[in-house]
Amino acid sequence: MQFLTLLMRNRLAAAGGIVLSLVVLLALVTPLLPLANPDVTDTANRFLMPGAQGHLLGTDHLGRDLLARLLHGTRLSLAVGFAAAFFAAFFGAAIGIIAGYFGGRTDNLIMRGVDMLMAFPYILLALAIVAALGPGLTNALIAVAAVNIPFFARNIRGVTVGLAHKEFVDAARLAGLGHTRIILTEILPNVIPVIVIAMSTTIGWMILETAGLSFLGLGSQPPQADLGSMLGEARGALITNPHTSIVPGAMILVIVMGINLLGDGVRDALDPRLRSGALTRPMPATRVERKGTIPDQGDGEAVLSLRQLQTQFHVKNRIYKAVGGVDLKVAPGECLGVIGESGSGKSVTALSVMGLVASPPGVITGGAVYFQGEDLVGAPYEHLRSLRGDKVAYIFQDPLATLHPLYKVGDQLIEAIRVHHPVGRSEARARAVALLKQVRIPNAESRIDSYPHEMSGGMRQRVGIAMALANDPEVIIADEPTTALDVTVQAQILSLLDELRRERGLAIVFITHDFGVVAQLCDRVAVMYAGRIVETGPTEAVLNAPAHPYTSRLIACVPELGGGRRRLEAIPGLPPAVDRLEPGCAFAPRCLKASAACREGDIALEGPGMRAVRCIHPEAELEEGVA
Amino acid sequence: MTGYILKRLLSAVPVLLGITVIVFLIMALIPGDPALAILGAYATPENVAKINRDLGLDAPLVARYFIWLGNMLTGDFGTSFSLNRPVIDEVLDRFSATLLLAGTSFLLCTLLGIAAGVISAAKQYGWADKGITFAVLLGISIPSFFLGMMMILIFAVELRWFPVSGMKMAYGGGGFADVANHLVMPAFALAVVATGVVARLSRSAMLEVLRQDFIRTARAKGVREGRVVWGHALRAAMVGIIPVLGIQAGFVLSGAVYIEMVFQWPGVGRMLVDAILKRDILLVQGGVVFVAACYVLFNIAVDVAQSLLDPRIKT
Amino acid sequence: MSTVLKLDGLTKSFPVGKRLLGKPRGVVHAVQPVDLEVQQGETLGIVGESGCGKSTLARMLVGLLPPTGGSIEINGAPLDNADPAEFGKKIQYVFQDPISSLNPRKTIRQVMEAPLKRLHGMTRAARDKRIAEIFASVNLREEFLERYPHEFSGGQAQRIGIARALAAEARILILDEPVSALDVSVQAQVLNLLADLKAELGLTYLFISHDLAVVEAVSDRVAVLYFGSVVEVGRAEDIFRAPRHPYTKLLANSAPVVGRALTAPEGRETELPDPLNPPSGCAFRARCPHATELCAREVPQLSGEDHRAACHHPLDQSGAIETEVSSQG
Repeated sequence: MQFLTLLMRNRLAAAGGIVLSLVVLLALVTPLLPLANPDVTDTANRFLMPGAQGHLLGTDHLGRDLLARLLHGTRLSLAVGFAAAFFAAFFGAAIGIIAGYFGGRTDNLIMRGVDMLMAFPYILLALAIVAALGPGLTNALIAVAAVNIPFFARNIRGVTVGLAHKEFVDAARLAGLGHTRIILTEILPNVIPVIVIAMSTTIGWMILETAGLSFLGLGSQPPQADLGSMLGEARGALITNPHTSIVPGAMILVIVMGINLLGDGVRDALDPRLRSGALTRPMPATRVERKGTIPDQGDGEAVLSLRQLQTQFHVKNRIYKAVGGVDLKVAPGECLGVIGESGSGKSVTALSVMGLVASPPGVITGGAVYFQGEDLVGAPYEHLRSLRGDKVAYIFQDPLATLHPLYKVGDQLIEAIRVHHPVGRSEARARAVALLKQVRIPNAESRIDSYPHEMSGGMRQRVGIAMALANDPEVIIADEPTTALDVTVQAQILSLLDELRRERGLAIVFITHDFGVVAQLCDRVAVMYAGRIVETGPTEAVLNAPAHPYTSRLIACVPELGGGRRRLEAIPGLPPAVDRLEPGCAFAPRCLKASAACREGDIALEGPGMRAVRCIHPEAELEEGVA
Repeated sequence: MTGYILKRLLSAVPVLLGITVIVFLIMALIPGDPALAILGAYATPENVAKINRDLGLDAPLVARYFIWLGNMLTGDFGTSFSLNRPVIDEVLDRFSATLLLAGTSFLLCTLLGIAAGVISAAKQYGWADKGITFAVLLGISIPSFFLGMMMILIFAVELRWFPVSGMKMAYGGGGFADVANHLVMPAFALAVVATGVVARLSRSAMLEVLRQDFIRTARAKGVREGRVVWGHALRAAMVGIIPVLGIQAGFVLSGAVYIEMVFQWPGVGRMLVDAILKRDILLVQGGVVFVAACYVLFNIAVDVAQSLLDPRIKT
Repeated sequence: MSTVLKLDGLTKSFPVGKRLLGKPRGVVHAVQPVDLEVQQGETLGIVGESGCGKSTLARMLVGLLPPTGGSIEINGAPLDNADPAEFGKKIQYVFQDPISSLNPRKTIRQVMEAPLKRLHGMTRAARDKRIAEIFASVNLREEFLERYPHEFSGGQAQRIGIARALAAEARILILDEPVSALDVSVQAQVLNLLADLKAELGLTYLFISHDLAVVEAVSDRVAVLYFGSVVEVGRAEDIFRAPRHPYTKLLANSAPVVGRALTAPEGRETELPDPLNPPSGCAFRARCPHATELCAREVPQLSGEDHRAACHHPLDQSGAIETEVSSQG
């Protein structure tokens, strides 16, 4: 049902569907229509023009009624095309599922055969089959279906291999299901959408192919005619009587176009990635739609200062308030930790600074980002670009995904330098080597020519750090840079970052979910929940005397090494969805201290000096902290 | 690299053998006496005797295959009875014409398709994207033979820009201008469908790549958007596009059969269709094996190109 | 206490660079001979970094991967998964990624029914009753049963995964990183649930994780894996407080802890050894500050009584090296 609604929402697909239904309907009722016999020749009335008496579309070179031939031909072409698609899909899918599910030798053997068939330009195979079986519509159908089986088999096999290694298949095995049952109940329901997509996008192609064989005279034999053979017969009179060619040709075009439009719609409606709108390309900079007044810079010492920043995701008619008014600032030489769980908005805050939030669906809707006193929200793209990597640099989470897989790490470093500084290649290369040495990569001179996949995770993240350092930026924003790393490697990377920042007086914004990391690295910390900062202050003050119930309970529920075996302090409930935030404190539904006042109105982030908390029942009295 | 190319060439041997087996088996499907089936209308007693001698048709199936294979390996693809000419000579003559047509089309569809796909993805949902998407849809929906016929009507008959047919190359004459003049229409007609497919694929490959984290990294470094799209993103997208170009070459070669019919192009496709209608089985067999073998070699070149592009492929 | 799970010399190696004919180019020993025993009602934690073989080990224990060598005994009988219906009742598995362990096209009820139908042959009415019981014990509402997996958060999906494992009524659960995909505030809920279920139902757990603190908090005993081998095994409260193997000590010192100054526990930028070309002797020696020529020559075996370590120069309780050199297990 949801599928049909989605399909109909797509106007082009709906149009294609309507056209196709009309054609199919017409083809179905053709025998009932008062038409002339399509095969009766009348040489006296050959090549009548459309509109002639009794012949709506005129007549062909033998004086046969074109309308009747067109409709009967359409009937035949559709039937053959659909039949070919069905057979190809059925056998191809069966072969693909078996090969993909069982894998190993079965897979190897089957796929070698399939590869062999795909080593032919497909028409050669079709021609060979027709040559052996003799021309004729049934043989053309067999040929077209047969040459398409390998395409289906390979496609379906790929999907099945992915599914066969999914954990739910293992789970089914452990639940006592045998192979047949797993294929039928676990694999097949997940493969069917792929089969439907493949079919809907290839039926048009099959119709073209069978028409093509008929056009060559190898398909339907006279007097019986499908659309292809009508075109083939009309070719001789193309220049003198073009209407006999245009009529069947246009019909093929209409049918195939209708099928393709509908097929694309089916694909879009069935493909979950397209459904969630994920297959959109992020623009070079996040969209800005700033409403309300622009807040002033506030504190003058900060090199980077976020004021009332709001970033939202607009997905269809839902609005996710990922960042709901965040104030942050970081001074030169300072390390600010931003801590929160997934969905708290910490990464979106970080990416908003340089307009790197994927857009669509991201939109910066309010507030300001001051860098050295200048507001960057809504700044021209070229200006933003000139700052990116030069003044404000990023280190991202997963170093394998964030480095370009096909460029050598050296070239990626050199590019980072040369984008902002017009230096020669050899000078840039020397600088790149120096950078790799600074991040303690052994054998920097030879490692510079490695590709990312040739390095370990820790080494790759060092490259990521070197890239961020390339232009001596004022601010480095590190978005969970050690989350993907093993604990021993994490320790190496953290101590490297700590050394570098002390050597260079860098301002660092460090995004993480780990209190241990924050405690070891950061001077100050801001705790985020549901898109807002709930508590901030010097790291030690926040960790030793957390004031917000969320902070204190979050600290309590993380087990700490050395505590031995024990029961953990869990927080009941789940973090709220940021598209349905209730008024008041977002933590109230999970908070033991929540009162009626917590659920109404906006609660301010307040406190003395560097300490502040967004709570009316804080756990502790705030003391003015010293960094 | 040389090692890799050698390895790939070596791995093509079983594929080539497989091709000959498949073609041989398909032809063995023809019912009745093989000599009569192969000769069809040309089954004079002399011919029957000759073919039984040449191909060992009275031998069992397996032995027949090896005789046939052995002959081909020495360059003997048999004699075409309808043309009374060695099959290999005819195939080579015709294949050069097909190569000219299909090669031009393949270059056109690669360049136009990738460019259209990249622009379409970079300007997603913009006017350029909508225009390209519609043109692509039209392109993949129109039968190439119908398009060719319409082009003849419009550009040759009405506008008289290009000649309908009559290229002199087929008769050993004609200079570059003559060939080029005759090539424009069929090459375009043939390229349209493939361009559409390449453009579609390039668009979705680009959209996929543009969402990757390393594109965000490039932007975070301050790389110019033009270089992000045409450098970082296209380079990564090519990893997905190149293998499809290999398959697409097969589609162009296949489409050439129709286009050669429409434009009276003296290529191997027309030869095959004529041979089937005249039931000149040896010519079909030889032509199919030869073209398929060339296609296999082309796909090795594609694999090598892929390995040059992607360092993650072990060479 | 009785031994419910016994691994004897369990190994797994994967061929790398398979060729059509002849031997593969190399062999990766993902799991070196591992001997472990798990007692009835115990939680054995298995901890290690990525690539140490902990997931391979887990998949072998539930028959999803055939071992290359050695044996697995469950309740004294060798593991036999010829009959999936019998096997599933002995041992069950909780997956790391809760969402992908549920078939996206099945309702939760269908997911829950499979083990009840296939393993226990229950009737429809009996199944409904049993599902209601299980859901109550894992704090899930019955209205969830008609929904599809994508409608759940990670924490809820992991409860469903646990519920499915419970439905099989196996006494042994292999928990493969059951909370590492979850947020910390939800992680504690699931860990506490697991503890409650264990006490209530008398289950035995094999708890696999990369998170030292989590493993310490839930386990009775902990085994530390490095490069496919158990390098140390001991009681949870001792193993990180007073490690005997230098690798365990490195792990414990690397974990970021509030209130401890940031120091790189390793001076050198070391990496894991190449699995295709493993070093001789002790796999850890290249990273070990105490490595001697003996470590390069001989593979250390697990030794000791209660708290065992595979090291030629084990650390004593205070962290210094013991003078006595033990060269054999």
